Amino acid sequence: MSLSHEAADGITHVSGVDPIFGKLSWGVFPFYEPVIFYTFIAVALGGIAVVGALTYFRLWGYLWKEWFTSIDHKKIGIMYMVLGLIMLLRGFADALLMRLHQAMAASGGEGYLNAHHYDQIFTAHGVIMIFFVAMPFVTGFMNYVMPLQIGARDVAFPFLNNLSFWLTVSGAVLIMISLFVGEFSTAGWLAYAPFSGLDYSPSVGMDYYLWSLNIAGIGTTLSGINLVVTIVKMRAPGMTLMKMPVFVWTALCTNILIVATFPVLTATLALLTADRYLGTHFFTNDLGGNPMMYVNLIWIWGHPEVYILILPIFGIFSEIVPTFTGKRLFGYTSMVYATCVIMVLSYIVWLHHFFTMGAGANVNAFFGITTMIISIPTGAKIFNWLFTMYKGRIRFETPMLWVMGFMLTFVIGGMTGVLLAVPPADYVLHNSLFLIAHFHNVIIGGVVFGIFAGIIYWWPKAFGFQLAPFWGKVSFWCWLIGFYLAFMPLYVLGLMGVTRRISQFEDTFYSVYFVLALIGALFIAAGIGAFIIQIIVSILKRDELRDATGDPWNGRTLEWSTSSPPPYYNFAFTPRVHELDAFTQMKREEFVRPIDGFIPIHMPRYTATGIVMAGFMTVMGFALVWHVWWLAILSFAATLLYGIGHTFNYNRDYYVPADEVREIESQRTQQLTGAAE
Amino acid sequence: MKRSMPAIVLLSLFALSGCDMVVLNPSGDVATQQADLIIYSTVLMLIIILPVMALTVFFAWKYRESNKNATYEPDWDHSTSLEIIIWSVPLAIIICLAGLTFVATHRLDPFEPLRRLSDGQEIDPNVEPMVIQVSAMDWKWLFIYPEQGIATVNEVAAVVDRPIKFEITSTTVMNSFFVPALAGQIYAMSGMQTELNAIINEPGTYKGFSANYSGEGFSQMHFKFHGKSEADFDAWIQQVRAQGTILDRDTIAQLNQPSIAHPVTYYNSVEEGLWDKIVNLCIDDNSLCVNDMMMVDALGGGGLEGLWNRELFRGICSADDPGALMAMIRPEMRIRQDEIITAMTLVPPAVAN
Amino acid sequence: MSDTTIETPKEFYVIEDSHHDHAEHHETGTMLGFWIYLMSDCLIFGILFATYAVLGQNYAAGPAPVDLFEVDMILVATFMLLFSSITYGFAVLRMDVNDLRGTVLWLIVTGLFGAAFLFLELKEFIHLWHIGATPMASAFLSSFFFLVGTHGLHVLGGSIWLVVLLTQLGLHGLTHENKRRVMCLSLFWHFLDLIWIGVFSLVYLTGVLL
Repeated sequence: MSLSHEAADGITHVSGVDPIFGKLSWGVFPFYEPVIFYTFIAVALGGIAVVGALTYFRLWGYLWKEWFTSIDHKKIGIMYMVLGLIMLLRGFADALLMRLHQAMAASGGEGYLNAHHYDQIFTAHGVIMIFFVAMPFVTGFMNYVMPLQIGARDVAFPFLNNLSFWLTVSGAVLIMISLFVGEFSTAGWLAYAPFSGLDYSPSVGMDYYLWSLNIAGIGTTLSGINLVVTIVKMRAPGMTLMKMPVFVWTALCTNILIVATFPVLTATLALLTADRYLGTHFFTNDLGGNPMMYVNLIWIWGHPEVYILILPIFGIFSEIVPTFTGKRLFGYTSMVYATCVIMVLSYIVWLHHFFTMGAGANVNAFFGITTMIISIPTGAKIFNWLFTMYKGRIRFETPMLWVMGFMLTFVIGGMTGVLLAVPPADYVLHNSLFLIAHFHNVIIGGVVFGIFAGIIYWWPKAFGFQLAPFWGKVSFWCWLIGFYLAFMPLYVLGLMGVTRRISQFEDTFYSVYFVLALIGALFIAAGIGAFIIQIIVSILKRDELRDATGDPWNGRTLEWSTSSPPPYYNFAFTPRVHELDAFTQMKREEFVRPIDGFIPIHMPRYTATGIVMAGFMTVMGFALVWHVWWLAILSFAATLLYGIGHTFNYNRDYYVPADEVREIESQRTQQLTGAAE
Repeated sequence: MKRSMPAIVLLSLFALSGCDMVVLNPSGDVATQQADLIIYSTVLMLIIILPVMALTVFFAWKYRESNKNATYEPDWDHSTSLEIIIWSVPLAIIICLAGLTFVATHRLDPFEPLRRLSDGQEIDPNVEPMVIQVSAMDWKWLFIYPEQGIATVNEVAAVVDRPIKFEITSTTVMNSFFVPALAGQIYAMSGMQTELNAIINEPGTYKGFSANYSGEGFSQMHFKFHGKSEADFDAWIQQVRAQGTILDRDTIAQLNQPSIAHPVTYYNSVEEGLWDKIVNLCIDDNSLCVNDMMMVDALGGGGLEGLWNRELFRGICSADDPGALMAMIRPEMRIRQDEIITAMTLVPPAVAN
Repeated sequence: MSDTTIETPKEFYVIEDSHHDHAEHHETGTMLGFWIYLMSDCLIFGILFATYAVLGQNYAAGPAPVDLFEVDMILVATFMLLFSSITYGFAVLRMDVNDLRGTVLWLIVTGLFGAAFLFLELKEFIHLWHIGATPMASAFLSSFFFLVGTHGLHVLGGSIWLVVLLTQLGLHGLTHENKRRVMCLSLFWHFLDLIWIGVFSLVYLTGVLL
């Protein structure tokens, strides 16, 4: 274990690659795996079809000019949602593959996946679902809704917003590439060291993981900074902190959490990257490295991350419940404080993810109890929604159905979560399928249900027509039934002592539960299918479903006061806010839209810098994964130079002439008159 | 139908599983206490969960839009007494649960020696726990019995109602040593040693496995844990002795090679000091043991010379003669002789957990 | 909706003088955003400091700080960085009185001090590498190189930014945007100084004294 030996290893490792192609060769395409081969064929055909259609209908120019280079927060928000939806399909396909394999393997036989492939699938499923499904959806909502709710014209740094989005896409693209070029990580979604080190995971899969998350993580941090500044600095006059809609509050807390935790992820992954690329000894077994530190660091980010996902969803529910009960939100103040308390507490609970790593009883008890304390403000929130329903007039539109599903499901997940926070109970439940059932219970029952509720709720705002309710309800029931079928058996399996990430079974003892879980997953697949059908049907029937008022649900916050879809400048005049449910007050006091006296509006210009820089970063990530050093250096330099070049452009904004505003607003007046008749 | 569905699914599943839920119905006292804790905590939480679920369904039904008879108060948004209740009731439950947690975490700390044989049966203070040394390897489990001088792979046995002390390490990535019927799990990590104190109260054969994903052969990294009566256990030891071969450093080096679904293997004798070498990652002659390395580091490092010549420090931990130690460490450090000799008695040769 | 809606209740919207208001708005927004960015960067250093605190004594039977660090040279480098912060302060003072030449000159001096710091740090790294104390040798050296190196990379980034900014000052003078950029870089530069004081105390002083 002398140094010379180490150094020599490092050198052979580096010089063993081709100077031009790095580790790339024809052998890196894993088409010998039938599953991957057919997936590739399907994706390639689908891709060709999409590209062909876009070219045939000459949509590239439109997409580039109106969407890809757009720095309008609404368009970026929608693009985040599209990214989330596409990646949901990929992540869910992984889930189905796993469910099918486990059902087959648990019923005798070996299933159809080998361990190596199975390990990649569960890793990809976790990474994609958290980073490229839940995060884009949540960020998309915050991007689209929050500026409208605070009466702003855009976010504080519109260009940065575009860059953040494309960096997230860059991470997603790298993961998608790993499906067909090389392989993905087998180390699980958090890549515990030392398994994720070079000694135990020498393949490029881990490198895809690292560069994908590092690039996407930087995008998320930038987006967090952006949205915090937006909320702090750009609220409409009169909107004091305690008059902000709850969704804005949760967005604020979430973005503070992002700014305060994603740097930890960046630093931790950078250290792991150094271990893999430079041969350092942060998390190795030898020469003084400490793998337990990796586990600590990654969870210092990882635990707040789950609150980053759930807090805005709580915000969404807090918007939907008052709207559909036709009632003010019960206990606004305690809702706000509960959110802030959760934000702070989420930092001091990370150790509950590894009670079994051998910390002393005092440490374990401390972190167990802090974890339980989080359930108090969370419980208060549930009660607040409950008492908002009390003495209300509840309209069971589709978003409200999702809320009901959430409230009944989430409390079960919360209960099993607190159970896992009791260290001695965790000793027997840790890493078991009980744990898997628990976090899917809160993530599906909380985050996913909230995402669907939010999409259906704000869809008419974004596109000017409602989603057809029938398919939405089908989707809801499929998801709800599917969820219970898929995950209740996992709770039971956990109590039967079955651990997670198993691809082969000794006997057929557990068969029936895994088959039930598979059926549940198929129900969820039907739910996703129904959701897509809902979108297609609604687009086809958009004229029937058209909403000209801009306020289809009798909403209470400012976003409903503008047209659907809102003009690119959001509000012709900046709203002035007097009380919490600003739009409800405007309606009550019979506010009349101004139809004249418009003045020029200051707006930022679109720019291609974001997508170009992110493109270079993607190339850099790919080159680093494959050790194509010259390309990595070149693309890094290109990113840097392009970014610097951007700073030489001082001409970044313009004024929308008053005439144009008048034109757009008078169209809206006509629309409203039409709707009134 | 919505409200009853989860309940139906849950009930039918629990009915199906019956007594197979080993976590709730284990055979060792530690796991039994952990199962009780799960039940108590769940009941405690159901005090609040059930009313919330019932109220959700009730309010949803009562205040539906079509029910024009229900009161409608669109501006009612605050009630101090309700607020006090919704914060204090969960708080009260969490305080109870926190107390339970604190006590249970200390009582069931895996590093602590056991306090009882089973419910109501005290431990005889004269009975020493049986030590079993456990090492996770890629992808198998090695068990060494220092008392009996034997070792096994992927099979382990213990005497019913006699406390067991597992000393656990790993020669590879993190694993987790878990026998659900016996006691909760604890991580097996390389270069260090964790402990698990447990006891088995009923004879039988139980499943054991790694509960922390460790790579390709992880799914097959399971073993059988036998709870045996004194006589059966002795017979088993005799069988291991009769069928086994020698476990020495060469054998360990072979075992260290990754293998999937390794067959059960017996060893009838174990080379002296082997466990220390496994824990300290120095099976291989060329490696400096972790404890030696930590000793040198505690003494201020090995200097630049140490970069090229780490072998210099081999066995520094076992150098019980201060003179021999002084000869081993670098000259600059010799001026701190007194300090170092004190340190020798302070720094334990075994690694921290 | 009828045409007779002339009496609009004013209180639900404002007719802002968007020219002035927006610029003002944006200004403070940028500074706040930059502060938040610095805090997030500070967190990265926090992790690196924590890593050093945990791994800093895992010498792996190799060299310890006493065997490696030449505190005299580090002290010189420290003063280079401290001086550069002072000269940056002078640049900002000149900027406040709209003196472009003075600003540029002091910024150039700042850059030179920064370059001197980088040179000394690079010299130390090369020396360490040369005697075999590479980041691959032990966890202590890994965490040392990463903590000090990350700071060094930040100084390098700051220096590149400085060059870009000087070019922009040359092209456009002390415009509104350029002043804002000078202020942002100023925050960044002082922040790096602060981090270095932490590095110097935790790594070098305690390393050699203890």
